[in-house]
Amino acid sequence: MTRKQKKTLWRILGAGVLFAILFAVPVQGPLRLGLYLIPYALVGWDVLWKALRNIKNGQVFDENFLMSVATIGAMAVGEYPEGVAVMLFYQVGELFQSVAVSRSRRSIAQLMDIRPDCAYVEREGEIVETDPEEVAVGEIIVIKPGERVPLDGLVREGSSALDTAALTGESLPRDVGPEEEVISGCVNLSGVLRVEVSKPYGQSTVARILDLVENSSEKKAKAEHFITKFARYYTPIVVFAALALAVIPSLLDGQWGVWMPRALNFLVVSCPCALVISIPLSFFGGIGGASRQGILVKGSNYLEALAHAGVVAFDKTGTLTQGSFSVTQVKVWEGKEGDLVETAALAEQYSSHPIARAIRSAWGGAQTQGRVEEVEEIAGRGVQAKVDGNTALVGSRKLLEEAGITLPEQEELPGTAVHVAVQGRYLGYLLVADQVKQGAAQALQELKRSGVRETVMLTGDNQYSAQYVAGELGIDRFYAQLLPGDKVEKVEELLKEKRPGEHLVFVGDGINDAPVLSRADIGVAMGALGSDAAIEAADVVLMDDDLRKLAAAVSIARKTLTIVRENVVFALGVKFLVLVLSALGYANMWAAVFADVGVSVIAILNASRMLGVK
Amino acid sequence: MKKTFQLEDLDCANCAAKMERAIRQIDGVTGATVSFMTQKMTIEGADDRFEEIVRQAVKACKKVEPDCRVILK
Repeated sequence: MTRKQKKTLWRILGAGVLFAILFAVPVQGPLRLGLYLIPYALVGWDVLWKALRNIKNGQVFDENFLMSVATIGAMAVGEYPEGVAVMLFYQVGELFQSVAVSRSRRSIAQLMDIRPDCAYVEREGEIVETDPEEVAVGEIIVIKPGERVPLDGLVREGSSALDTAALTGESLPRDVGPEEEVISGCVNLSGVLRVEVSKPYGQSTVARILDLVENSSEKKAKAEHFITKFARYYTPIVVFAALALAVIPSLLDGQWGVWMPRALNFLVVSCPCALVISIPLSFFGGIGGASRQGILVKGSNYLEALAHAGVVAFDKTGTLTQGSFSVTQVKVWEGKEGDLVETAALAEQYSSHPIARAIRSAWGGAQTQGRVEEVEEIAGRGVQAKVDGNTALVGSRKLLEEAGITLPEQEELPGTAVHVAVQGRYLGYLLVADQVKQGAAQALQELKRSGVRETVMLTGDNQYSAQYVAGELGIDRFYAQLLPGDKVEKVEELLKEKRPGEHLVFVGDGINDAPVLSRADIGVAMGALGSDAAIEAADVVLMDDDLRKLAAAVSIARKTLTIVRENVVFALGVKFLVLVLSALGYANMWAAVFADVGVSVIAILNASRMLGVK
Repeated sequence: MKKTFQLEDLDCANCAAKMERAIRQIDGVTGATVSFMTQKMTIEGADDRFEEIVRQAVKACKKVEPDCRVILK
């Protein structure tokens, strides 16, 4: 609690004790009023003071003013205990609210506490402690175990394991060694690192992430706009209704004593605080909770939109698949499998093509000099080489056919077939394909379970590879052989097709699909750690490349919206109920105060559930 | 020009909304947010009038919530 809050607490306790004593002492007449004014003034003086000050400033419908009028009114009609109790209860509620909000605010701040405090720079042979903002690009910083990496850079010396959990939510440490990149915000776990700074603090990963999360409340959700609009009209309407309720029936039946207290209740209920606080708090909590898992949501509006995700379109390579090739199948026509792989790997020994690399790693043997001679790369076709003295052809069907080798008929394959022939005899082929990411199938199922109607895959790859991946992952629809420009077109089509109220999400790696990311309702970039372009282009950023995070993001979004809806319905429901009951004379001022601060507190507690989301 | 200011003792969420509305009505302001959660105020407005805008924004905040202080750095 802050000092201000503590002071309020003491005032409340003091007034409460006095009030309890007065309740027990039977005093009548003007003395009774005088005595009750003591706890009233003790607990409520600041409310009265603020009310006066605000009237001077032209802020009439402010809650201090409303509370003052309501309690003074109660005193005026002779309900002394009521007047004091209402003020007391109001202050208790306000205090509780203020404590709850500052606690949530603090815990959100802790979630995002990845800001490095200082950097240790090597200057003129000495290690100097300094502010990360004052370190220049090219300087060498030293990071000891247990310290947070203050700036992005390149390891010059040393190796260590880095804990990236604060950035990615990934618990497995990442190993780094010389010439490898380190990213600010990670925690150095084991060894001392000497790092050459590659970016100034303002452009480092940590600064960018903090900036994003802190500014995310600027982009407001529809629900928030609704509430601010609502609050603008709600209070004046209720106040005028109170005035009408006090005057009109009293003029008709002359019973001012009956209608006045009922009208005062209206004033107490007229503050929209419960909604105004709890809804931004829910969104803020949702964004904070997501960021702890390595999901950056750039605004409440995107979190809201994500909750209504109906169609999710994926880029294939790098998003659903690993984006790296490996040998998925070996088909032997003649001879032994080992020989087939070895021949292919040796012939492709000097090629830097990703397919060649995949074949070499499938073989696993060390490069040997001398076994391969006369290597000739035939662009787009493959390689011709002498392996152990025999002429080997490794490559496409065309390469072998042009050399006069007849190949058996075969159906289309999910990937690239690399055929091998030695001395004019066909040995078989290796199938090289991009592999589906671990957890991708599970992520897609989770998305479906959380209410996504359709999943779509867009890829530049051929029909058969696309079909294979789509089948493997259970994707509803796919479009293959798309050029980068076609993807934008397809997304436009999907946008036209989607049902009302649904949103289209596009998930890509953020590197070459920036136009598509910005065209979709929500663009999600994944594997973005260290990629500025991706962080820039997307609305939602997954720091690592685990697709399950997307499902987590959708479920966080849905939970946030559920809480928001609960709070709106609950707060408005209670307020409306109390208004009706007050008008009919069934609700006293206690109920009215509950409808004001009690509801606020409950709504805040409900919203703070977002902070603990796993 | 866009600038963010820290706020101190911004105690009520409804006041934040009122401040925001008041600041948006200042001549030359193109966008403003007052965040109760982060206790921050962001103002976007014309460069040549920016100082004047900030001065008026501070005044507007004082009017809504006299206890709240804008920290001008």
